[in-house]
Amino acid sequence: MIFIGTLEGFGKYVSMIGSLFAKPEKFSMYWRETMRQMYDIGVGSFWIIAIVGTFIGAVTAVQFSNKLLTFGFIPMWWMGSMTRDSMILELAPTISALLLAGKVGSNIATELGTMRITEQIDAMDIMGVNTRAFLLGPKILGGLMIVPSLIIMAMLLGTIGGAIAGELGGYYSWEEYKYGLQDDFQPKYVRLMFIKSIVFPFLITSIACFKGFYVKGGALQLGKASTDAVVYSSIAVVVANFVIAFLFL
Amino acid sequence: MIQVHDIRKSFGAQQVLKGITTEFTPGQCNMVIGKSGAGKTVFMNCLVGLVVPDQGKIELNERNIVPMNQKEKSVLRKEMGMLFQKNALFDSMTVEENVRFPLDMFTAMTIAEKQERVNFCLQRVNLPSASHKFPSELSGGMMKRVALARAMVLNPKYLFCDEPNSGLDPQTAIVIDELIQEITREYQITTVINTHDMNSVIGIGDKIIYFYEGEKNWEGSNKEILHTDNERLNDFIFASEFLKEIRKLNYK
Ligand SMILES: Nc1ncnc2c1ncn2[C@@H]1O[C@H](COP(=O)(O)OP(=O)(O)OP(=O)(O)O)[C@@H](O)[C@H]1O
Ligand SMILES: [Mg+2]
Repeated sequence: MIFIGTLEGFGKYVSMIGSLFAKPEKFSMYWRETMRQMYDIGVGSFWIIAIVGTFIGAVTAVQFSNKLLTFGFIPMWWMGSMTRDSMILELAPTISALLLAGKVGSNIATELGTMRITEQIDAMDIMGVNTRAFLLGPKILGGLMIVPSLIIMAMLLGTIGGAIAGELGGYYSWEEYKYGLQDDFQPKYVRLMFIKSIVFPFLITSIACFKGFYVKGGALQLGKASTDAVVYSSIAVVVANFVIAFLFL
Repeated sequence: MIQVHDIRKSFGAQQVLKGITTEFTPGQCNMVIGKSGAGKTVFMNCLVGLVVPDQGKIELNERNIVPMNQKEKSVLRKEMGMLFQKNALFDSMTVEENVRFPLDMFTAMTIAEKQERVNFCLQRVNLPSASHKFPSELSGGMMKRVALARAMVLNPKYLFCDEPNSGLDPQTAIVIDELIQEITREYQITTVINTHDMNSVIGIGDKIIYFYEGEKNWEGSNKEILHTDNERLNDFIFASEFLKEIRKLNYK
């Protein structure tokens, strides 16, 4: 039963995605809405991603530096390339995506769910608006357009965080770190980060849209939809993360 | 003109509409009355295509909405305005933006033209000075008026109102009723109104149909309804002791 329910839900999800590719009633309205979403997601999550990114970079540097010191035979400049690679490969995209799943995912699901239970979506339907395309499309597109830059920012700030932590803790100098940053740079890792920064926001926004748009009932179901959006999109992110690593590394 | 032919709708084992046939003409207020749960909202949702009936035909000027797909419905819906039971104003937009939304979405009007139309509609519902407020800052009566202004902004051919004056005081309710009646007459709109409110039925009901458990039990005008000998309908109209007393006095 659970399996059939899941399959049915998945079918509905796929059909929702399909319906996004409709001709807009009016391009300017869709564009304006997309800009608004980009702004909301970008500005709304800027600080949290900046702070978390910086500290994640810093703490990674501190922990690995201590490990390296106990080994003793690896030069400390290596920390530069080590922090850079962990940020690019894993920490920046995945941690940012999980934060966004919590923040953006629940926002989107709550906004759409509220519109559903207060009949605002029906009202738009009655006007002849293609509500799936108009309400969901700009959210997903807006996410795809702004999230990659948030992830790049997290990556850069995390790498800087690593440098600061090294200086503060006296593990290595900025010169050593910089030397490490330039060592053994793998374009492949950057490509991987870009794949993730497209796939993750797509999963987060589309799953949140799905959970919010199809809410039935009242405040109780709305709360559940919002939590579900966070849980399901987080799971989707970590699973996709694994699949991408498997396919592209 | 809306022609409804033998529509039926069930949810699971529960038959909610059991073969409704009727006709709504333009320029008059067509009222659907009946007890809570009689199927009025489901019926109205069928008329606008939000619910697809299991059987039957609903023709809006000879165009049957029942078999239509989403795209075809969208075209037809540009001629519809609807007032929802819970108002359904967009709460992220101001009053003005709410009323302007259909114009933004579907017309090629200039900003000045849109503004003029919005102002006209807000004036028409006697709400000229609230344009920059958000729905959460309005009273129930004001929200209804905004919803009505939004419903009429594109000059609809059909207007659907689901309990337009539920939750309003009797005086405000009459104001809303009269507004609906005025614009219906003025623009020759085919208007369908669901209500429990006997004041509005007597006040503006040009044609009334009475639903009893998903069936059309009676049909007539507000002139006829007070003198019907339909037992069920009388029980419904003269529900309170107060009204029963008045009726007795009248008949003496
Ligand atoms: N989506 C649905 N799924 C299952 N049953 C439904 C659904 N919609 C309505 N019903 C049932 O249909 C019946 C009629 O409901 P409807 O909302 O049309 O009543 P109503 O006449 O509008 O009542 P009220 O005056 O209280 O608004 C009710 O018994 C309700 O439980
Ligand atoms: Mg109802």
